[in-house]
Amino acid sequence: MKGEAVIDVRGLTKRFGDKTVVDHFDLKVPRGSIYGFLGPNGSGKTTTIRMVCGLLKPDEGEGTCLGYDVLHDSVQIKTHVGYMTQRFSLYEDLSIRENLEFFTRLYGLDNMRRRVDDAIASLGLEGRATQLAGSLSGGWKQRLALAACMIHEPQLLLLDEPTAGVDPKARRDFWDTIRAYAREGVTTLVSTHYMDEAVQCDRIAYIAYGKKLLDAPTAEIPGRLGLHAFKIDNGDLEKLSATLKGAPGVEILARFGASIHVCGRDRDKLAAAVDSVRGEPGVRISEIEAGLEEAFIYLMTESDDNFSVETAA
Amino acid sequence: MISFSRIAAVFIKELVQMRRDRPTFAIMIMVPVMQLALFGFAINTDPRHLPTAVELRDDGPLSRALLASLRQSTYVEITEIVHSDAEGEDLLRSGKVNFLIVIPENFEKEFVRGERPQLLVAADASDPVAASGVVGAINEIARRAFAPELDRLPRNLRSGAPPYEVVIHRQYNPEGVTAFNIVPGLLGVILTMTMTMITSIALTRERERGTYEALLSTPVRPLEIMVGKTTPYIIVGAIQTAIILLAARYVFHIPFMGDALAFLLVVSLFILTNLMLGYLISTVAKTQMQAMQMTFFVFLPSILLSGFMFPFRAMPGWARALGEAIPNTHFLRMVREIMLKGAGMGDIAGDLAPLLLILLVLAGVALLRFQRTLD
Repeated sequence: MKGEAVIDVRGLTKRFGDKTVVDHFDLKVPRGSIYGFLGPNGSGKTTTIRMVCGLLKPDEGEGTCLGYDVLHDSVQIKTHVGYMTQRFSLYEDLSIRENLEFFTRLYGLDNMRRRVDDAIASLGLEGRATQLAGSLSGGWKQRLALAACMIHEPQLLLLDEPTAGVDPKARRDFWDTIRAYAREGVTTLVSTHYMDEAVQCDRIAYIAYGKKLLDAPTAEIPGRLGLHAFKIDNGDLEKLSATLKGAPGVEILARFGASIHVCGRDRDKLAAAVDSVRGEPGVRISEIEAGLEEAFIYLMTESDDNFSVETAA
Repeated sequence: MISFSRIAAVFIKELVQMRRDRPTFAIMIMVPVMQLALFGFAINTDPRHLPTAVELRDDGPLSRALLASLRQSTYVEITEIVHSDAEGEDLLRSGKVNFLIVIPENFEKEFVRGERPQLLVAADASDPVAASGVVGAINEIARRAFAPELDRLPRNLRSGAPPYEVVIHRQYNPEGVTAFNIVPGLLGVILTMTMTMITSIALTRERERGTYEALLSTPVRPLEIMVGKTTPYIIVGAIQTAIILLAARYVFHIPFMGDALAFLLVVSLFILTNLMLGYLISTVAKTQMQAMQMTFFVFLPSILLSGFMFPFRAMPGWARALGEAIPNTHFLRMVREIMLKGAGMGDIAGDLAPLLLILLVLAGVALLRFQRTLD
């Protein structure tokens, strides 16, 4: 395999009918990194992942995944990639063991017994291997699905909203596993809606309307956007929100528990807006560093939900 | 309280969904149209123009009169004139003709002498319905043919019984038992129904449950999925066949006359064909429900047009042409020939070839339709 990029694609484009779902998409994912895909529903995250792993044929574009041509070598790519779908895609009417055995056979792997035993042991499901997959809770289903797509020890993991509908504890365990794989050199591309998951990624691509709006190391994103933020505590938050919303310089206004965060790119205007409520009774104002949270709210406000844009068009 | 607006809400929603689900809608429209066409035009339980061979051993004016009378009759169509028993029996066993009418040597001579010669009618009664019409009509056909001659006979011969005798042999099913025809036919119908239905949801179910994407994300090949998914049901089909054969033997006392090996080959081929047909449906159908409806859609003609329910020969040309494309048609003929007529491999070749062709076409189209991607 050449170079350090596990995924290196340029100009990927996919159309369904006359609708362009992914529009000239470039992506370079370095080996061993955890790469996050963020963006509103319908922005083309799933379609992009499917094109990378050979499940969809791009209409335009070129590139490689694990050194294989994404246009022609889909069988080799499938052999070396672990893809976890958004929806639980194991057989609910098969047991945990039967599911794992099925995928072991599909990849034509040797030592089936050992692999499956290892996977069951690492899941901590030794006593329940004969239980039907359909009877597992959401969190366990996700872990089983991950185990199934890791059974052939892929070098690249593609996870499409892997923790949707899973409780926070299970989500944290899930991410511990992903990070452990990353330490072993497994590259992960993961799409998510959760901020706490986005923070875990080394690098993030923000997608809307099938286009990449931003691609940067996670820590640099707020700085890249040039956002400034103020935090307002106490006081009549309802009234303050009403006053600040739409005030010049206030591009985002978000409630965080008992405080309001306001953000904008023009610090002077933003400061002026905040000053106008400084006199309100009990109000405490402090300037804070804009974080990822603010950055994503800003991005989402900018791009809105894709579906509403479509219907308007 | 019953709310009409809520009823209306549900009613409208159903209408909208029905309109969106084009295939279901099409089938709902097509089924009555098809039924009408089949029952109204194709199905005719009073078969006419059945292919008939005449074994001509006596070539006199009486024989010619009988031939003319047979030709005038709409019941039979004389397709072959033969001169030996062997030729006639071959035609009857291979199903090329439904009847063999034998005019024996010295028929005319004995007729005139009042020796009451026998006019032999051998009917293929493996399909009793098809045979019954002609069997009923043959006496009248003979009476009409010989009427002018009868007038010339001495008075003492004219009264009483006619100076000849019509002997009818119902072959392959001497008692005209309907079960002889129905039970081997049922084998075809049951296999068509169950085998097609079971594989019609093979891929559809994966798609509906979301497992299709995971399956496709592995390096598995379309042919591997097809073979892996259909093979288990060959066993199911074999068990069904065994049950029906045992019932045929011990419950309905139907003889098994023919070549067991030929039978095995035919059944295996037929099971495979239906599995492929179902698999093809599953590459087309979007939901399991649609798959079921499509199965029913192909099931109907294979009951009505295959010669299972109504005699094949009684159908008009277009319906017979359609029937030739149905696997069950060929299967029924072969099974009846093997079980009831004792046919061997050579006798069934004419139906084995089309069945094999249908199988290959179905498997090929199914593979072409199978997408390795989600496009």
